Amino acid sequence: MKELAELRDFATQVRRDILRMVHAVQSGHPGGSLGCTEFMTVLYQEILQYSAKPWDMNGTNQDLFFLSNGHISPLWYSVLARTGHFPLEELGTFRKLDSRLQGHPATHDGLPGVRVASGSLGQGLSVAVGAALAKKLNNDEHLVFVLMGDGEIQEGQVWEAAMLAAAKRVDNLIATIDLNGQQIDGATKDVLPMGDVKAKWEAFGWDVIEMNGNDIEHVRANLLKAKTMTGLGKPVMILMETIMGHGVDFMMHTHKWHGVAPNNDQLTAALEQNASTLGDY
Amino acid sequence: MSEVKSYEKKDTRSGFGAGLLELGSNNPKVVALCADLTGSLKMDAFAKAYPDRFFQTGIAEANMMGIAAGMTIGGLIPFTGTFANFSTGRVYDQIRQSIAYSDKNVKICASHAGITLGEDGATHQILEDIGMMRMLPGMVVINPCDYNQTRSATLAIAKHHGPVYLRFGRPAVPNFTDADSSFIIGKAVHLREGSDVSIFATGHLVWKALEACSQLAEMGISAEVINIHTIKPLDSEAILHSVRKTGCLVTAEEHNRIGGLGDAIAQLTSRHHPAPQEFVAVNDTFGESGTPDQLMRKYGLETEHIVRAAQEALKRKAVTV
Repeated sequence: MKELAELRDFATQVRRDILRMVHAVQSGHPGGSLGCTEFMTVLYQEILQYSAKPWDMNGTNQDLFFLSNGHISPLWYSVLARTGHFPLEELGTFRKLDSRLQGHPATHDGLPGVRVASGSLGQGLSVAVGAALAKKLNNDEHLVFVLMGDGEIQEGQVWEAAMLAAAKRVDNLIATIDLNGQQIDGATKDVLPMGDVKAKWEAFGWDVIEMNGNDIEHVRANLLKAKTMTGLGKPVMILMETIMGHGVDFMMHTHKWHGVAPNNDQLTAALEQNASTLGDY
Repeated sequence: MSEVKSYEKKDTRSGFGAGLLELGSNNPKVVALCADLTGSLKMDAFAKAYPDRFFQTGIAEANMMGIAAGMTIGGLIPFTGTFANFSTGRVYDQIRQSIAYSDKNVKICASHAGITLGEDGATHQILEDIGMMRMLPGMVVINPCDYNQTRSATLAIAKHHGPVYLRFGRPAVPNFTDADSSFIIGKAVHLREGSDVSIFATGHLVWKALEACSQLAEMGISAEVINIHTIKPLDSEAILHSVRKTGCLVTAEEHNRIGGLGDAIAQLTSRHHPAPQEFVAVNDTFGESGTPDQLMRKYGLETEHIVRAAQEALKRKAVTV
């Protein structure tokens, strides 16, 4: 296992990447990206078993990760680049013409790390369930991970997949929901209250654990715990509380930075709060 | 010259079921998913023979499409089965993002297409599916004409890498193509040679085009009949070759005249060889309850409608010449 300081340094550098990428094109989704930075850092540095190079679509005898809330692509791209999936300088092409780093993740141009397009919400859990079923059929004992947003679970397809995963005992699957309580039009409790999310997933037949998604040590402990809960007949759900915009004080606790880029002054202020650790792209 | 023999009638969906069962034994990567219509789709033999490779998803088509997309990651070749309506309109965004845009090797197999679904009525009679599917970049769209061809097409699409929409139907129709003829995706099949008018038909309308050809022959009109089983990619060469020879054409399909085979061919000929074209198709309306035969008559998809369309195309050709 890596030192916590090393993981924190990685997360800080990823935050800088997110802010600079979004600022450069004055578009993209910084809020959710910043909120899930610790999760994605730990996932790719400590949990997932994968090969970045050579990378292959099928991921045979590797763990798979699907990002269902594709709008937090700046985070994913930064982590993929910094774990060797593609050159770091490619982050500078984010959302620009002829880039593999599309606004929302796509497989179309063969970007290593991405196995299905996402962005239109509610589809990633179904895809992850399919990939997990394929692993079982192929006698591949590795795991499938998927991350969703909390607003995303307002989509009905999520619950179709939830029902099937429990019914078919898809127990090689660890799903995570980013409970930041925000969506585009405001707080989830105001836009469409979702009630007792934990009770809902338990009622659908999942094993559910809760964690603080912005505490890197807690994230690691709970992702490791989730792995021990696989193979027991039930799919595993991690309800992850995060603060949208985490790590940049003026972006925290609001939905306003869901899909808005910082201006020059805001970028400077945000970067001052996240000093470079591994070097900018 | 173009006598119509009589053939045993069989449903195209059973051709799919037979093909799928064969794939079970000759391709271990093939898996099947069904959203609570196993009997209707004739998938029960596969489900029984290969229970580990059959996935009942319940009445949740969106989830089925996503699962199918995920199963391709790991090298499986998923065949999804439900009615054409629930295979397309209900799940268009899932197909668009998770399958077509993601270039996933999913075979979307759709039964009960068009109005020959019959008594269930317009909620289930999709007439827009060919249009929706052919608008998706990279999607192959196939509508075979009889039992044998549907079986062959089912075998062929397993060997093609990429998303495919395979459309077939409910009623028993003459099974007139050879059982052992191979199916080549994108390769039109010449059924009758003719010189006056070209008839391009797909699906259940191919047999009716052959009947129309015979009737036209009795009137002294030489009609060429070409089976366009693959609407995308279209066999441009075969179509243009025929239209250059005959100078006018009829398209015939069990689909809305907007978005289907007629549109696809008109787009081709308008660029390369403009010619008078008549459309035998449903005239931008929903269907209704009735027997398949009643509906085909009421909505203008019978042999006589093809005959009339051919005569009209010939008239217009005479004027343009």
